[in-house]
Amino acid sequence: MDKEKLHHEDEKTDIVKFGFWIYLMTDLLMFAVLFAAYAVLRDNNFGGITIREIFNPPFVLGETLLLLTSSFTCGLAIVFANQENKKMVVSFLTLTLILGLGFLSMEFSEFAKLFGEGQTPQRSAFLSSFFTLTGTHGLHIIVGCFWIIVMLAKIVRSGLSVGTARKLTLFSLFWHFLDIVWIFIFTIVYLMGGLS
Amino acid sequence: MMEFIFGRLTWSSLPHEWFTIGGTIAMSGMMISAIALVTYLKRWKWLWREWLTTVDPKKIGIMYVIVASLMLFRGGLDAGMIWLQQAISVGSSHGYLNADHFQQIFTAHGVIMVFFVTMGFLFGLLNFIVPLQIGARDLASPFLNTLGFWLYVAGAILINLFFVFGGEFAATGWLAIAPLSELQYSPGVGVDFWIWSLQVSGLGTLLGGINFIMTIIKKRAPGMTMSRLPLFTWTSLFGMILVVSIFPILTATITLLSLDRLLGFHFFTTDMGGNAMMYTNLIWMWGHPEVYILILPSFGIYSEVITTFSQKKVAGYTSMVLAGALIAFIAMLVWLHHFFTMGSGADVNAFFGISTAFIAIPSGVQIFNWISSMYKGKIRYEVPMYWFLGFAILFMIGGTAGVLLSVPSADFQLHNSLFLVAHFHTMIIGGALFGIFAGITYWFPKVTGFKLHERLGQYAFWCWLVGFIVSFTPLYILGSMGAARRLDHYDVSTGWQPLFILAGFGFLIILTGAMLHVVQIAVSIMQREKLKDTTGDPWNGRTLEWSTASPPPFYNFALVPRVTSRDAFWEMKKNEKIIENPKYEDIEMPKNTALGIYVAAFVFLIGFGMVWHLFWLVAIGFIGGIVCVIIRTFDEDTEYVVTAEQVKKMEGGRKIYG
Repeated sequence: MDKEKLHHEDEKTDIVKFGFWIYLMTDLLMFAVLFAAYAVLRDNNFGGITIREIFNPPFVLGETLLLLTSSFTCGLAIVFANQENKKMVVSFLTLTLILGLGFLSMEFSEFAKLFGEGQTPQRSAFLSSFFTLTGTHGLHIIVGCFWIIVMLAKIVRSGLSVGTARKLTLFSLFWHFLDIVWIFIFTIVYLMGGLS
Repeated sequence: MMEFIFGRLTWSSLPHEWFTIGGTIAMSGMMISAIALVTYLKRWKWLWREWLTTVDPKKIGIMYVIVASLMLFRGGLDAGMIWLQQAISVGSSHGYLNADHFQQIFTAHGVIMVFFVTMGFLFGLLNFIVPLQIGARDLASPFLNTLGFWLYVAGAILINLFFVFGGEFAATGWLAIAPLSELQYSPGVGVDFWIWSLQVSGLGTLLGGINFIMTIIKKRAPGMTMSRLPLFTWTSLFGMILVVSIFPILTATITLLSLDRLLGFHFFTTDMGGNAMMYTNLIWMWGHPEVYILILPSFGIYSEVITTFSQKKVAGYTSMVLAGALIAFIAMLVWLHHFFTMGSGADVNAFFGISTAFIAIPSGVQIFNWISSMYKGKIRYEVPMYWFLGFAILFMIGGTAGVLLSVPSADFQLHNSLFLVAHFHTMIIGGALFGIFAGITYWFPKVTGFKLHERLGQYAFWCWLVGFIVSFTPLYILGSMGAARRLDHYDVSTGWQPLFILAGFGFLIILTGAMLHVVQIAVSIMQREKLKDTTGDPWNGRTLEWSTASPPPFYNFALVPRVTSRDAFWEMKKNEKIIENPKYEDIEMPKNTALGIYVAAFVFLIGFGMVWHLFWLVAIGFIGGIVCVIIRTFDEDTEYVVTAEQVKKMEGGRKIYG
């Protein structure tokens, strides 16, 4: 690639990254609404289950560790992408995917357990807001996992092009962002609720 | 099985009342004649290639303005129906509309005028003008731009589709306040049409907001520092910052509402611990800044118009920018003044009352600066200036009424009255819409290559101004006399009828003004040779958009301008900075794409499917949309090169400033 083309691509990466940051901020504001709704409704359990009864410290800690580790592996994938080491990028992305799916299956089992006990979102305003907040985060993780799969297919087939590397950077921003949102869910929903 | 296929759709959902049959006939008539016309002229390929799939912000801007103009007449029809009902529904007469239908009409009127008229006009002007003003060839993301436009169109179609399917719109007021909008009290599809047309077009607005911030921050020409930005670009930037700050709140809030309606959640219900007042809070956290999104870009237009037609630089550039920033910031701290009567306590009400009144200060700074900018200028009174002067009068009246309403104790008496209705119409019509009309008249020669007919423009202006005063002064008086808003019937003993009739008469004058716009455009097209702008700079303008040809070439600038000061083009003209023997270079431009239309069509299917519980259609829309987006993101062949030779040929020896 000639120098001018490379410069053009750099500029494009810069603009796209900036736009993606703005998108992340808008997504954060959407989460802010869900957090606010949760804060307003969290005691309105209407005779149903409360957050204290839902909170299982080792389980939630497990979920948290899975996500945090996946952020680390995602970071390593970026490091190797900068070294253009395709094999390591693929392995660490796969590892990130597995950890993400692990988190999702844990969250799913938590939800399934509650649904089995009849503690559905329709049961009370508290449960509505609890499921919506954690579920929206879960949906984002699903999107992220899907994103990894598409990128893996692309990298395996046609290697690390400038475009793919750019998408990898955006993905890592997205993934770390979800991690941060989870930290807030962990703190505000689980810890503050369970220990109060 | 039938329920799976047809969801909530039944035979009785099809049109069978006079207004749904009328609406369906009118819409299909328009569609059929449009299709027939294009077929007759054999322009399908041209339409598809040159317009529908375009990524050129100038063309997208024109399409925005066309759709918004159509919606203006659609919303205006609602306004006329409201006025007619209120003029005749008194005492034993109950008018020609029942209460439920009347409620649907004022809801549709509000939603259409805010979302599909004013927002459409604004995005149209932004698309055309902002890239030109900052010396850019394109927006940061051409694809997001076409996608945003088509989502806006999809929302506009969805909101009108209730004529054909379902026959009812939300009867809840334009913000669908809960718990009235909950399933228990609004079981039909009306509120769902409201939710999904806003979800779809709101997504488009959000994408537009992100795109314009990216563009203004990252795509400016060399030397175009932030402190040299034209004021229209500045206020647009503030408007777009508000968009990305509040549209996520709208999206989240109405998602929660649809979870309540669709899956039986309890966010805003009256039972099981739901909190309806939370809805009011959340929706106004979006709703109040929204009206500042409408008006901020218009403020910028006034600044451009005044400086051009006074042949002077703006007075107090820095204070203008700061005032705009302050308005945008405080806009997010006043939402509670929409429901002082909720009972938040004296301290909370006092805070929001004071913050509301405080907005008058930066607004006043702007007004004083505009007037100072005219002082000792060589003022030319052409149509855009008329709109400014009309605005200045109405804005004073509306602003004073607003400050009055910001006092909680006064608001307790006046809220939900016609006084409030008169206040916000003064701000949105007199403030935002007059600015848009000024902007359209001002930039029309840039867009088309010929000016609008001057005299007819003046007639239209006088009709709007006089019509507005005749129409809304009675509402200020009625409101002070205790007439509630959204009233479909009142007693003879109130003595209100003459005032309502007077207001209706004013509406007819406004309608004449709107018609005169149509005549003005038609006459201008016929006389386009006479009104032609050959220089590209018909008003002796100051900013960069006037330095290119009218209409501008698709690449905007043959050579990217080098900016050395504010009012960049004015300086270039003054110092005669003309580039001799320009050295043209190859230009990379984005390729047209149909994927924006496809994605918007799939999102439309999601919206329509959600309204009618056609979940298979939702699935199709979802999968189709994702596939299109993936195709787009992995398409690395999205640009083409315009060679220096071609640019030279297109320019044809035009003077190039730089």
